[in-house]
Amino acid sequence: MVKTILIQIKMSEQNININPPVFSETTEVWSILSSVNDPEIPVLSILDLGIVRDVKIHGELLEVIITPTYSGCPAMDFISVNIKQALSENDFENIKITHQLSPAWTTDWMTDEGKQKLKAFCIAPPVGKSFDKNYLENLEIECPHCHSFNTQVISQFGSTACKALYQCNGCGEPFDYFKCH
Amino acid sequence: MNSKAINIAKKNLVDFTLFLADSSLMMGHRLSDWTGHGPMIEQDIAITNIALDLIGQSRNFYQYAAQLINIQNDKKITEDDLAYLRDANEFKNLLITELPNGDWAFTTTKLFFFSAWQFYFYKQLIYSKDEQLAAIAEKSLKEVTYHVRWSSDWVIRLGDGTEESKSRMENAILNLWPYIDEMFVPAAFEENLKNSVSIDVNNIKNKWIEKVKSVFAEATLSIPEKMWMQNGGKNGVHTEHLGYILAEMQFMQRAYPGLEW
Repeated sequence: MVKTILIQIKMSEQNININPPVFSETTEVWSILSSVNDPEIPVLSILDLGIVRDVKIHGELLEVIITPTYSGCPAMDFISVNIKQALSENDFENIKITHQLSPAWTTDWMTDEGKQKLKAFCIAPPVGKSFDKNYLENLEIECPHCHSFNTQVISQFGSTACKALYQCNGCGEPFDYFKCH
Repeated sequence: MNSKAINIAKKNLVDFTLFLADSSLMMGHRLSDWTGHGPMIEQDIAITNIALDLIGQSRNFYQYAAQLINIQNDKKITEDDLAYLRDANEFKNLLITELPNGDWAFTTTKLFFFSAWQFYFYKQLIYSKDEQLAAIAEKSLKEVTYHVRWSSDWVIRLGDGTEESKSRMENAILNLWPYIDEMFVPAAFEENLKNSVSIDVNNIKNKWIEKVKSVFAEATLSIPEKMWMQNGGKNGVHTEHLGYILAEMQFMQRAYPGLEW
């Protein structure tokens, strides 16, 4: 019973939505971060992906807290370098990037705008929410090319860890599906 | 606690963290051998992605172990020192992770047994009093969920496949089964941490068996009779295979210390 409650608490934490504050001393930093894109999916900014957890100013030091999408995601090192570069181009000097693992990143934090961008880029955006325990079951995934829902999974793992490979039975095109995670 | 007690507690925690790191690294390293050799491109990509997840998880554990060691250590070490500069008897990985890949049936069955163990293990570890281990478990669990699903699909497909695929599966199960017990027999460092950091491994044994039974039922396969069980990995006693893995994996850092590229 206790365990069930704990699981529910863990699950509800997944609902946290990371939105930049409307106005604060870090507003400028958030706006610079919105120009840093994911190296694997260049149409998405790191804010669209929901991997920036917080921005803190400690006196002279600027701390950007990010969370990895997948444990072995090779893009994380590039993202850290790109964040530092974007900030130093805007005259920030003393920058620290902190990696935070918990709560674990989920596609629930991806912005609606991000999902639209993915679709326009012909990657099917994640369907459903990660705390829905049926998210691994057969979902109806819309083909980003012809919008048919008559699609099938080819492999649970696609061109990157975060994507699965699908094929459309309507138009015959293969496509990437950004997994609900 | 006096300083001696603290040192022992720290040693247990480091050993436990290394046991998880080493197990993920060896499994990931073995699976990465399939890269470019998978039976079809989609499955080649899948197994490579799983290897990447596991090596990523091991990095998280190694970084934490290095951090713990560095607290009272003048010579600061990194995750790379732990992966590349320890010898076989210092590795604490489960023996099943160091076994050669064999054929596709052997590899997917090995991964299924290991992933299902990881799944139930991490499911408990997320409630550990050690926050960093809990965080790594929480992160890894999401990835492992996919690994269990992918590998059980293969167990079912091959078990309930042709005569040839079924006999290969039966052979794989028979040869892997002696390495199962080790997952559920706690090492001294696990026992010592049972009430604080670690988990009760006996609890997860039943869940693991249930899972294997349900997948095997669909695959028309059965669990072997009781047999002699091999263990030792958690205490640094390994099969001959580990030495060969390390010889290849550690060669660069041994021959050219500190090399980066």
